[in-house]
Amino acid sequence: MIRTENIFKSFDETEVLKDINITFESGKTNLIIGRSGAGKTVLLKILVGLFKPTSGTVWYDDVAFTQLDKKELRQVRMDVGMLFQGSALFDSLTVEENIRFPLDMFTNMTAAEKKNRVNEVLERVNLEGSNKKYPSETSGGMQKRVGIARAIVLNPKYLFCDEPNSGLDPKTALLIDELIQDLTYENNITTVINTHDMNSVMGIGDNIALLYLGKLVWKGNKDEVLESDNDLLQGFIFASPFLQKLRDKALNR
Amino acid sequence: MDVLFTVPRQLLFHVGRYVLMMRSVFGRPEKWGMYWKEIMRQMDDIGIGSIVIVALISVFMGAVAAIQFLYQLDGQLIPKYYIGYIVRDLAIIESAPTITCLVLAGKVGSNMAAEIGGMRQKEHIDAMEIMGVNTAGYLMMPKLVAAMVVIPMLVVISAFVAIFGGFLASVPTGELTQPEYIRGIRSFFLPNNVNMMFVKSLVFAYILTTVSCYQGYFVKGGSIELGEASTRAVVISNILILLADYIIAVILTG
Repeated sequence: MIRTENIFKSFDETEVLKDINITFESGKTNLIIGRSGAGKTVLLKILVGLFKPTSGTVWYDDVAFTQLDKKELRQVRMDVGMLFQGSALFDSLTVEENIRFPLDMFTNMTAAEKKNRVNEVLERVNLEGSNKKYPSETSGGMQKRVGIARAIVLNPKYLFCDEPNSGLDPKTALLIDELIQDLTYENNITTVINTHDMNSVMGIGDNIALLYLGKLVWKGNKDEVLESDNDLLQGFIFASPFLQKLRDKALNR
Repeated sequence: MDVLFTVPRQLLFHVGRYVLMMRSVFGRPEKWGMYWKEIMRQMDDIGIGSIVIVALISVFMGAVAAIQFLYQLDGQLIPKYYIGYIVRDLAIIESAPTITCLVLAGKVGSNMAAEIGGMRQKEHIDAMEIMGVNTAGYLMMPKLVAAMVVIPMLVVISAFVAIFGGFLASVPTGELTQPEYIRGIRSFFLPNNVNMMFVKSLVFAYILTTVSCYQGYFVKGGSIELGEASTRAVVISNILILLADYIIAVILTG
């Protein structure tokens, strides 16, 4: 479980996050949603320790993550996996080498054990046989899956995904969502996803937090979205007339 | 008036950030094997990848030095074999370490800044940070070690090639006889000059590597900023190399 406690973040005079208190449960897909500029990415970067909050604390279970020194932070990060918006795969390494990188860096596994583990995760993300390809030889969806494989290769307790569906077609986006959700349930991972993809919200949103201008304005789950009378949520999720019609139909309005 | 405060403040900021970065660079590696592999790769990049350009520049440096001094000493009472002596000492003391490192700052330094800066922009560094890698250490320490091993070797090669360049410019052209040139390069030899050459090459290698890595590591923005960082890496390295050259000369010849 990850918990934020009174998180504030400012850049110079601009206050980007204001008093954020959210709990991200383990074994669930926790979504942070909001319009561009709402502070989602800043919050995610604070959660993984790339930014320090101006004030407030991030708790990883019982560990005050934001108060750790560099060495302790690195130790906790062994339990963290992250999928980046652009996948952040190392261009000069093959798919296999990319996934093996954390194993090479942090484990004492033999070459054969590493190969087995890489094949295992590649199979899990349905990319068997892609070991020798370079990232530039793979599609956007495949790169996301390689990114997921690299993120889970060390069996993390916490998984962060920054816009996992950006740049993907709806079908591939769905597959990525399902994959993340399955991995979360199978391994009881605390998964935090930063997204503004409505299909993700309605498909895998076990816990949803809506940010608006740096403030947390709504918390709930995918089943509560339709019924909510929060104008900001409704205006965000059902922004297009087409989706509004679908919602009205679903609610028999 | 603002400039009076802004410039020193900026300078202090960069020096402070550089010192903190260097502390991380010398942190304990997560896995020696990975660092070793990277050191070998960098040695190949910096060393083998630069031999041709270093040799080319050095042969001309030696040749030009010989021609210039032949011209200057023409008609004077100074024996001609002094040309060999001048070319040798010029190569060992100054041209081999300084010019080679200025050229390497352009070739290797800009490459390092662009490589690390590109990784910053593509979130590779963030990805490694989140994995728990000491990114300053992993990305810079192998480059620094490789540069400090390989650049002195390149400087030695440069010195030999420059002396050979002086030979090519003066002996086959008939300006000097071979025994005269050989006598020159064997005269008045001071072993301390070789020490000075190694001190210079080590200091310059440290400067060009750390300055370039610093510029790349903290790059922000897009491709224009990356280009600017790469240029800054070369310009600042060159200025600091020349400043260090002066300081070392004062200290070691004083």
